[in-house]
Amino acid sequence: MGNKQTTFTDEQLEAYQDCTFFTRKEILRLHGRYRELAPHLVPLDYTNNPDIKVPLTLIITMPELKENPFRDRIVETFSEDGQGNLSFNDFVDMFSALCETSPRELKTIYAFKIYDFNRDNFICKEDMEKTLNKLTKGELTPEEVTLVCDKAIEEADLDGDNKLSFADFENMISKAPDFLSNFHIRI
Amino acid sequence: HSINVSFSTVEENEDSTFHKEHERERPRGKRRNGEREKKKRGNGRRKGASKEAGEGEEEMQVRPEKRERGKRRRAKNDQEAKGRERDEEEQTKIKSAKTTKTRKKEKSRKTEEEEGEGESEERNTKRKKKHGSAKKEEKEEDGGKRTVKEKAQDVKKKKHKKTSEESSEDNEEEDNEEKEVRPESLSPEELEKLKEAVDERKKLIQGLRGKPWPMKKKLVTLRESQEFVEKYEGALGKGKGRKLYAYKVMMTKKWMKFQRDFENFKTACIPWEMKIKEIESHFGSSVASYFIFLRWMYGINMILFGLTFGLVMVPEALMGRPYGSIPRKTVPRAEEASAMDFAVLWDWGGYAQYSVLFYGYYNSQRAIGWLKFRMPLSYFLVGVGTVAYSYMVVIRTMARNANESGVGDDNSFNFSWKMFTSWDYLIGNPETADNKFASITTSFKEAILEEQESRKDDNIHLTRFLRVLANFLVLCCLAGSGYLIYFVVRRSQKFALDGLENHTWWERNEVNMVMSLLGMFCPMLFDVISTLENYHPRVALQWQLGRIFALFLGNLYTFIIALMDEINLKREEEKIIKFNITMWEASLYNSTVSENSTAPPVTIHPADVPRGPCWETMVGQEFVRLIISDTMTTYITLLIGDFLRAVLVRFLNYCWCWDLEAGFPSYSEFDVSGNVLGLIFNQGMIWMGAFYAPCLPALNVLRLHVSMYLQCWAVMCCNVPQERVFKASGSNNFYMAMLLVILFLSTLPAIYTIVTIPPSFDCGPFSGKKRMFDVIHETLESDFPAWFSKVFSYASNPGLVLPFILLMVLAIYYLQSTSKSYKEANVELKKKLQTVK
Repeated sequence: MGNKQTTFTDEQLEAYQDCTFFTRKEILRLHGRYRELAPHLVPLDYTNNPDIKVPLTLIITMPELKENPFRDRIVETFSEDGQGNLSFNDFVDMFSALCETSPRELKTIYAFKIYDFNRDNFICKEDMEKTLNKLTKGELTPEEVTLVCDKAIEEADLDGDNKLSFADFENMISKAPDFLSNFHIRI
Repeated sequence: HSINVSFSTVEENEDSTFHKEHERERPRGKRRNGEREKKKRGNGRRKGASKEAGEGEEEMQVRPEKRERGKRRRAKNDQEAKGRERDEEEQTKIKSAKTTKTRKKEKSRKTEEEEGEGESEERNTKRKKKHGSAKKEEKEEDGGKRTVKEKAQDVKKKKHKKTSEESSEDNEEEDNEEKEVRPESLSPEELEKLKEAVDERKKLIQGLRGKPWPMKKKLVTLRESQEFVEKYEGALGKGKGRKLYAYKVMMTKKWMKFQRDFENFKTACIPWEMKIKEIESHFGSSVASYFIFLRWMYGINMILFGLTFGLVMVPEALMGRPYGSIPRKTVPRAEEASAMDFAVLWDWGGYAQYSVLFYGYYNSQRAIGWLKFRMPLSYFLVGVGTVAYSYMVVIRTMARNANESGVGDDNSFNFSWKMFTSWDYLIGNPETADNKFASITTSFKEAILEEQESRKDDNIHLTRFLRVLANFLVLCCLAGSGYLIYFVVRRSQKFALDGLENHTWWERNEVNMVMSLLGMFCPMLFDVISTLENYHPRVALQWQLGRIFALFLGNLYTFIIALMDEINLKREEEKIIKFNITMWEASLYNSTVSENSTAPPVTIHPADVPRGPCWETMVGQEFVRLIISDTMTTYITLLIGDFLRAVLVRFLNYCWCWDLEAGFPSYSEFDVSGNVLGLIFNQGMIWMGAFYAPCLPALNVLRLHVSMYLQCWAVMCCNVPQERVFKASGSNNFYMAMLLVILFLSTLPAIYTIVTIPPSFDCGPFSGKKRMFDVIHETLESDFPAWFSKVFSYASNPGLVLPFILLMVLAIYYLQSTSKSYKEANVELKKKLQTVK
């Protein structure tokens, strides 16, 4: 790699490499992808850390996200303002947390945040119903939805408050065989 | 820079503005004294700094653990944090803000002038600023007084610059607590604490990636910690050991940088990343897992190829005796005419046989070439090394996977898992997404149904009977296929004795074709039989995999047993030929002596010398042929089964009575488990044959490369995403475990032949020895000093080896029982957790 790139200073790249699971090349590639979303908005030169945010509506057009039923929630979770507008830092953070080498604990934390629609730090019944409807595209009848949510709460809720706290969620997810391979976005 | 030297004690003018200056001092690899930092705590404790002639006090401020916001000059700090050489070090004090600001404290550093003193070292600190001094102005506090404390310690380096920073004294008692840290005058415990703090920071930096903080916070934390570590690291070495310590620190940094560059380079080398990503987005993670596995295998085979090529084939080709110089390297006169025919070459005879590709070509000379390369030793060690390396890699991957996998396949979280872990985030294709939605919905409906209805055990006896019947049929299948292979191999031996030219192509290649065909059709048969059994799809998949495994294994071992018969035949032949050769040589001498000349050298062209049989080359050839035919079969099945089928379905659909795409036969799905098993067995065959045919890893690399492209194309072109996805097991370790079993089972025959059968007298690097591993003994005796072999002979004494083995067995037993007790403790705790509701 000896190509002159003026997107980031070496220090910035080193800092990104320390804070994420990406290598230098991947970070540059990510910047390219970020810029693709809004070329007129995102500058090429990031050496002075411009404060640019790409809105939610553009981010969810990315091919990696556009078929995901939870795309809105994912982007909102990683955005600073909670509305889904991502700066480049948030963008990198998002893909780093969801990448292959990201550890299980980190993914669990973010999964919990994603599925917690009303952001009250609990996955309550309404959150589950929304999740289920997104997953099945509304194909299940309301009784079936209620049944599934009740069963899920019954299975996972350990402290008996009829909603899942982070500890309940973590306990349940840690035994799931598919979690790591499914909760993974490759960029 | 303005330097204010003040010896006054109290100034408190911490204003609301933050004033941070970071000065990173980089301890040079020299002794430093008196790096001080002030530690600010919530309670202000201000120490006045006073300068004295002999010693200066430096106040050093240590940043608190809390992170500051990005008022600092990040870039500058980052740069400074990186290892740059400095000529001087400067110390500056950073003022910290009042504690009213909740988490931020500013530290200000004071720059100190260096003074050289005779007795003590002076340390220069150099302050680097990324921006000009204008920045410095920015840092000034409003109304803050700056004091610069001079450092009156000896510094080793010459000072280049002195910069001073204005710093206000943190004289607020309530707010800040300053602690002078002076390494020389620190008590050991304080030093310890400082060391701990530094270590903690280092750990924080290491673990920063895994923290669930927003990126900004992480970047800020990183910078702070790096500065802290920079500042204090040098201070920790004490006295004479300081140089060494600083040197160690520098080496660690350089090492980490090197590691990071190497990681970057490694990820740049990973091939096919985009291809796999495309497949993932179309087919989901389970299909892609096959290709990831294929890529991993490719990596292993590359290493094996490197070993065999670099250490075995190349030395013999370059430094060994050339083709035609000795009998074993020459095509015998009888075969010369046909040695270049394509048919013969395709069969790996002729020139292909008498080349570095096979065992028989290698000469048994102990050291070859000007490098004195020990060829036989290298051959033996490479053979052992390939197996050892494979074991190591497989076990290491298993260990890594074991940490990640979930604990068992509990059914206790059925609905929760379906809800939270069923969506595959890798999907990027609308069609696949639709499929996935549909399959998730179906899965929910089924689960609901199961939940609502109680499962009536309708006629359990019938089910049981059917299952027993199915297993019986499968066993018959397996036995039948085993017998078929044995029969075919014996027949081919008979053909060989008759001379191969008299038979048709089919009869010549019978063995390989039969094995490949069996491998193709029997699994389908097992599939049909398993419909009798009426298992849950996941369980049925496991049974299926088990049966295919047994089938392949049975076939392989039958093949090997048949090969053993051939080997024994050849060895019998050997004795006869040995006898014949002595007769022939005697006759040669007799004829020359009878001419009454003084033993003229008898020059015979190597091609005319009668050759002994070479069972090792024969074994190598058999394996190579087997692998080639296996590869061909796979590709042809792929083309016909997938591609042709897709073409037919697509184009005949226009003129067919029923909808070919929706009903029978429709497009095929990608059979993950079947393909993975095929790959595993292919690798098993490589491991088995690599000792006798060094060309096998090279062949395999080529084969995997072609497979990757061909299968990627086929999957994207002819397959549809699976309707229901069932993984064979929760963890990735299922396939790894199978690989390990195959590795073990395939190295067994090779080891057996090495250990028990004497090598051929006329070919290969071990000819003339009684056993192949005698080469080790020979090397020990001749190449190593005398005491070495003595030590070795003691070490291999059974009296020593047996107790050692016993000790290891005891250790295994102990570890096993400890792990069992941990598991039980785990279960108890889990139960407790559940009951605290």
